[in-house]
Amino acid sequence: MSTTTATAGDPPGADLPEHPDFLWRNPEPKRSYDVVIVGGGGHGLATAHYLVRNHGITNVAVLEKGWLAGGNMARNTTLIRSNYLLDESAFVYEHALKLWEGLEEDLDYPILFSQRGVLNLAHTEQDVRDSVRRVEANRLNGIDAEYLGPDDVAKICPILNVSDDIRYPVLGATYQPRAGIAKHDYVAWGFGRRVDEAGVDLIQDCEVLDFLTEGDVGDGTARVTGIRTSRGDIACGQVALCAAGHTSTLLDRLGVRTPLQSHPLQALVSELLEPVHPTIVMSNAVHVYVSQAHKGELVMGAGVDSYNGYGQRGAFHVIERQMAAAVELFPVFARAHLLRSWAGIVDVTPDASPIVGRTPYANVLVNSGWGTGGFKVTPGLGWCLAHTIATGELHPHIAPFALDRFVTGALVDEHGAAGVAH
Amino acid sequence: MQLITCPWCGPREELEFHYGGQAHVAYPEDPQELTDEQWAHFVFFRDNPKGPFPERWVHGAGCRRWFNAVRDTRTYQFLAVYRIGEAQPQIPGATT
Ligand SMILES: Cc1cc2nc3c(=O)[nH]c(=O)nc-3n(C[C@H](O)[C@H](O)[C@H](O)COP(=O)(O)OP(=O)(O)OC[C@H]3O[C@@H](n4cnc5c(N)ncnc54)[C@H](O)[C@@H]3O)c2cc1C
Ligand SMILES: [Zn+2]
Repeated sequence: MSTTTATAGDPPGADLPEHPDFLWRNPEPKRSYDVVIVGGGGHGLATAHYLVRNHGITNVAVLEKGWLAGGNMARNTTLIRSNYLLDESAFVYEHALKLWEGLEEDLDYPILFSQRGVLNLAHTEQDVRDSVRRVEANRLNGIDAEYLGPDDVAKICPILNVSDDIRYPVLGATYQPRAGIAKHDYVAWGFGRRVDEAGVDLIQDCEVLDFLTEGDVGDGTARVTGIRTSRGDIACGQVALCAAGHTSTLLDRLGVRTPLQSHPLQALVSELLEPVHPTIVMSNAVHVYVSQAHKGELVMGAGVDSYNGYGQRGAFHVIERQMAAAVELFPVFARAHLLRSWAGIVDVTPDASPIVGRTPYANVLVNSGWGTGGFKVTPGLGWCLAHTIATGELHPHIAPFALDRFVTGALVDEHGAAGVAH
Repeated sequence: MQLITCPWCGPREELEFHYGGQAHVAYPEDPQELTDEQWAHFVFFRDNPKGPFPERWVHGAGCRRWFNAVRDTRTYQFLAVYRIGEAQPQIPGATT
């Protein structure tokens, strides 16, 4: 796959590859599959890819109620990093980051993975201490991380306001140089094209409505024998639920309770600008995160809207607050025009860590609760879930995230321990 | 931004309010009788329906009182608001 190269004087984005003429077939569902993956987002597609690539399993269907990767995969702000505090999170996100570093070659498709680094800002003395602690924890886990003072922060991102006369001055930041962004649509198309070539059926416009089951949850014999969809019933060997914000509505059909709550998460982009913002900046305290897309839009995200929702939109005051923070941190943004805003529906857990693994149905795996941060884990999760489906053994990177941690008395940490942004 | 009707103050802007999660989750009557699993469900597990949902809100920037509402999580429309202690209004499809 060739990527055209921009020459001096070309507008930003001139080096984006052309869209290919053909990506995947649009097949009719077969009567049965060895593996049925519910949800054609990044996670479902990556799982299909590693089932093919690592395990040679190709009798697979990915069922998507809308269009391929039109859910959170198309709506996220594409930030990729692995500087999490919790060891278990650091391991799975770093596994993913290593895969991102070779994914373009693996998929033979441009994904525009750009390792431009991430600054996570500290605005209070406590932020500073927490940041230094996280840097040390990251280093012990072999993850690249540094703590920088305001002058060094300004060297990396000159448009950032590091003066001390703002409400939440920048006292410093953690820096992960290997963090980056990728073009989310291209990532999905790369996975989709690859698995389609191998014979996996990507079935769009196919909503999973219910499940056909046998056996009894009480004595451990429960199984799902088929999937009831808007395009008929499909028999299945194994099932992986990868429906992000909608996973709990599917588990409700199976009578399986999870501590998942679905919330709108909003993002927005500016008009196209000259390159001004060379890295990624995140601030949890004033809650904004920003990068500049390949074409030149400033891409910004907020925190989740507080209430539960499935409407793929959110409240205006959340955007307003986020914009106020952005303009204070980046005074040059005051003149940028907002082009569009949107929301995705993210599934949030009490400890801000995912819920992945077995369910009371022997042949059903759940993959959920990645909340506001699951784009970056796409290849890593796909790898681990495919391993689990193919071998029957939970991959060690996902084993800590089992649903039963909430009832076994395991230590269930709070948000801060996970080192997530929201 | 939408108007939310506080049962005491009437319609006010959404940003005067804070969300409090699922309504009618009662503290267990005999906590010492609960198994670990039942405790976990009380602490961590809440409904997450796509449709009408009874939930708690507080009018933080107004009367500062808590109240209950049934809101449709698909449209975000408030279908009913009612005071703490009042019975949940009958709404088709709503969980109780
Ligand atoms: C605004 C926003 C910003 C974000 N920013 C980042 C970020 O910068 N970095 C990061 O790492 N993460 C980010 N995330 C989170 C990330 O997008 C998600 O964690 C991740 O995309 C979830 O996995 P997925 O890609 O498979 O989900 P999705 O792409 O949502 O895939 C799930 C699919 O399941 C389908 N589906 C649902 N129900 C059914 C059904 N009944 N039948 C069939 N199909 C069904 C949906 O249509 C959807 O396509 C962000 C999310 C949002 C909304
Ligand atoms: Zn009031």
